[in-house]
Amino acid sequence: MQSTEDTVIDIQKWIDSNTYHHSQFWDLKQLVEEKEKKGLTISLCLPTLNEEKTIGKEVILFRSELVNRYPLLDEIAVIDSGSDDNTLEVARNFGADTYLASDILPDLEPKRGKGENLWKAIYQLKGDIIVYVDADISNIHPRFVYGLVAPLIFREEVKYVKAFYDRPLAFSGNVRASGGGRVTEILVRPLFSLFFPELTSIIQPLSGEYAVRREVLEQIYFPIGYGVETSHLIDVHHKFGLEAFAQTDLDKRVHENKPTQALGKMAFGILQTFIKRAKALDIFDKAEHETILRQFQVQKEQYRQLEMEIIEDERPPMIEIDEYRKKFKKPLKKKK
Amino acid sequence: MAAKNIKSVFQQLPKIENKLRGMSEILLANLVMIGEIPAPTFREERRVQFILDRFNEAGLTECSTDEAGNGIGVLPGSDDDQSILLCAHSDTVFNEKVDHTMQVNTDSITGTGVADNSLGTAILATIPYILEELEIKLKSNLVLLAGVKTLGRGDLHGIRFFLENNKFNIQSAICLEGVELGRLSYSSIGMLRGEITCKVPEAYDWSRFGDASAILTLNEVINKINDIRLPKRPRTSIVMGSIEGGTSFDTIALESTLGFEVRSESQKVVDEIGERIEEIGIEVSSKMGDHVNVDIFARRSPGGIEFSHPLTRCARSILNELGLEPRLAPSISELSALIDKKIPALTLGLSTGDHLHEKNETIKIDPLYKGITQIIGTLLAIDGGYCD
Repeated sequence: MQSTEDTVIDIQKWIDSNTYHHSQFWDLKQLVEEKEKKGLTISLCLPTLNEEKTIGKEVILFRSELVNRYPLLDEIAVIDSGSDDNTLEVARNFGADTYLASDILPDLEPKRGKGENLWKAIYQLKGDIIVYVDADISNIHPRFVYGLVAPLIFREEVKYVKAFYDRPLAFSGNVRASGGGRVTEILVRPLFSLFFPELTSIIQPLSGEYAVRREVLEQIYFPIGYGVETSHLIDVHHKFGLEAFAQTDLDKRVHENKPTQALGKMAFGILQTFIKRAKALDIFDKAEHETILRQFQVQKEQYRQLEMEIIEDERPPMIEIDEYRKKFKKPLKKKK
Repeated sequence: MAAKNIKSVFQQLPKIENKLRGMSEILLANLVMIGEIPAPTFREERRVQFILDRFNEAGLTECSTDEAGNGIGVLPGSDDDQSILLCAHSDTVFNEKVDHTMQVNTDSITGTGVADNSLGTAILATIPYILEELEIKLKSNLVLLAGVKTLGRGDLHGIRFFLENNKFNIQSAICLEGVELGRLSYSSIGMLRGEITCKVPEAYDWSRFGDASAILTLNEVINKINDIRLPKRPRTSIVMGSIEGGTSFDTIALESTLGFEVRSESQKVVDEIGERIEEIGIEVSSKMGDHVNVDIFARRSPGGIEFSHPLTRCARSILNELGLEPRLAPSISELSALIDKKIPALTLGLSTGDHLHEKNETIKIDPLYKGITQIIGTLLAIDGGYCD
């Protein structure tokens, strides 16, 4: 088994070589040339549920910039869970292919959730690479796609590229904490620190934007609800190792902030998925050895893992202490 | 696609409009991306850089910023002698803290500054692509200018600097404004713009209980401005456009500011009212014992081409041909700077819209195609020599 020290070295090495900033891929002409040279096709999947306010802008921007001007994308598809609003009409109007998730593989028992749309995209879309972008991003920009597909185009060993968002609005010192949202920091990062220390190198494990090779997508499970991202990371890590991942800083992502209760629902879904995957991989015993929580900080534009040894030591019931029993004249009950 | 006479320009209009409809993605994408870059007056660099990137990508060999910060791109014509200037001011009235997210709806786009003047700059940035798609090669050079420091205290600094220092032989100019389609400005009116600031001394004298407040002082100023008698002819108006002052319910306001503009068809009237307002400042200051400062920082002179000038006539006939009613209105924007330089110029609107200068400022998508067709038609007419 790998020692903790080895893990740390590996993680830092991986972070240094597999963490990108979208601005590294500004040259779209070069990116498209490389894509064509490698003979790759790329599909964009936008999973939707009542997103009429933001979907139009996403489709327009991606079509104009990444289909017409720089043909990076071979198709743009909206896969909808059954919106009550005009999501599909708006998307179609601006030139996206639109599908109702329930119409894809109609003989299968229907399920409703974002993961279902992502999963059915593998069947419906043609690309060698599928890039998933949530439809509720109000500051959408072509970088949300090219920042994620570029590492796959340039590096064959990379199979799964995850987005993270890390441009603080105001920052005065030279060291700052970095990381994900509340559910990430409170639930997912501690769980990964315990069971999959390598996966703590993913700065935002729950981000909804990622680009993946088809050969990977077709081999992994898809929880249909909140757990889909967590499950992907565990499965891809298990099958292909940390080397298969890369992550790209896409700066700021503006979307609606969720209330704590909604985060509770999300955490509950993630926890169910996590336990299911952890059991399948038989890794529950491992938790006893791990006492290091891994978080992130940024120093001079370099991402560093922050390790904290948190030893949850414990005391036995007081009744088992001789001095206590003597003082309070209590006999030790014999175990039956 | 060259125009043999003005009739041949008319004939091309439906085809142009049709082709433009096929370019909706790049037009709207540019509008969204430009609109989401905040560009308050004096802070337009990022927006100008985006426009220059667009010019660069379109293969314009000459494109750069000048000393004033204007973004300039040139599409060389086949006859190097003359140039047409197409300009749009890149600054907006919104500061960087305001949410600049654009929302794309089925038939409209909503967001701060989308009409004034993200749309104008977006079309400017897209013009090289449009002309390429339409296979239009002009005889004249087409100079594209994204002007900076235009609004408010900017006082047309960008375009004035450009007009003072450029090397192009500019024969005519078109200024692009997001709204309102049909707008046709060919003359400038006299204008002066300023701020009146009233200050109560920090060491407030409590014996003057009740009567000391920068707001009351400003109120006195406003009443006196309101008493200025304005002539019916030449047409004149005083706009009191903004007011600021005080901090809370129960604190005496130490400072207050009024933003105003005087507009008139007559330079003499503008000057007289300007003098009167300065006098009011001194008068109120001595009466109330507070400090009143009148700062007039922008002036425009009336002028422009005639209604019957061939350029105006061309633009009117193109609007008519597109089934649009020309809405004649004088302008005090970039057009004034061009008029000062005796360059025949027009300001044209691109689409319809509403909630101007509000956070839900909106432009309609469909009329935009006619709006751009009008610009291309006018360019062809100027280039063909039918507007001289």
